[in-house]
Amino acid sequence: MFITVAGNKKEVKDGLTVAELIEQEKVETPQYVTVSVNDEFVENGNFATTALKDGDNVEFLYFMGGGQ
Amino acid sequence: MITLPKTEYQKILEHAQKNLPEEACGLIAGKIEGNDKHIEKVYLLTNIDHSNEHFSLDPKEHLAAIKDMRQNGLSPLGNWHSHPESPSRPSQEDKRLAFDSKASYLILSLMDRENPVLNSFHIEGDNATNEGLVIE
Repeated sequence: MFITVAGNKKEVKDGLTVAELIEQEKVETPQYVTVSVNDEFVENGNFATTALKDGDNVEFLYFMGGGQ
Repeated sequence: MITLPKTEYQKILEHAQKNLPEEACGLIAGKIEGNDKHIEKVYLLTNIDHSNEHFSLDPKEHLAAIKDMRQNGLSPLGNWHSHPESPSRPSQEDKRLAFDSKASYLILSLMDRENPVLNSFHIEGDNATNEGLVIE
């Protein structure tokens, strides 16, 4: 199946989960990454059970914060 | 070196002043040429912490900004935030939460309300380097 990751279309295996995609994409510090699929945010605890579908649009957002 | 158009600087400054006493924050986007970064657009986001000591970007606004960058052919270059009561330098918290060593971190100090100071930093681990921001 084909999905779009951060604007780039790519072929992945059917039923790929968000957790597997994070590993495949070598996402650094995944504990601080927010994932959206088709503009819906996926809870961190659901990465391993959220299977992607053909045509899905995935974005990885690094948490950005700080303090003075 | 990193450059920032004066018009975009004004947007950061006005947004930060408007949000006092809370910290204000946002994203920066533009082009990379060799070792130089040229900011072309700043994004003004909501500090969901609504605090004068902390900031976190609103994830929905963050996502919308990333999409806008892509549509406009801009690269994400980092983020900016204000320090209402402290100098323009990364705090321990800023360093701890700087996960992207490729990003530039702009910090606007409003400690002296009449003389705001904006600097850009490269942060890697506990080391922060001033990138020599040029407002033009």
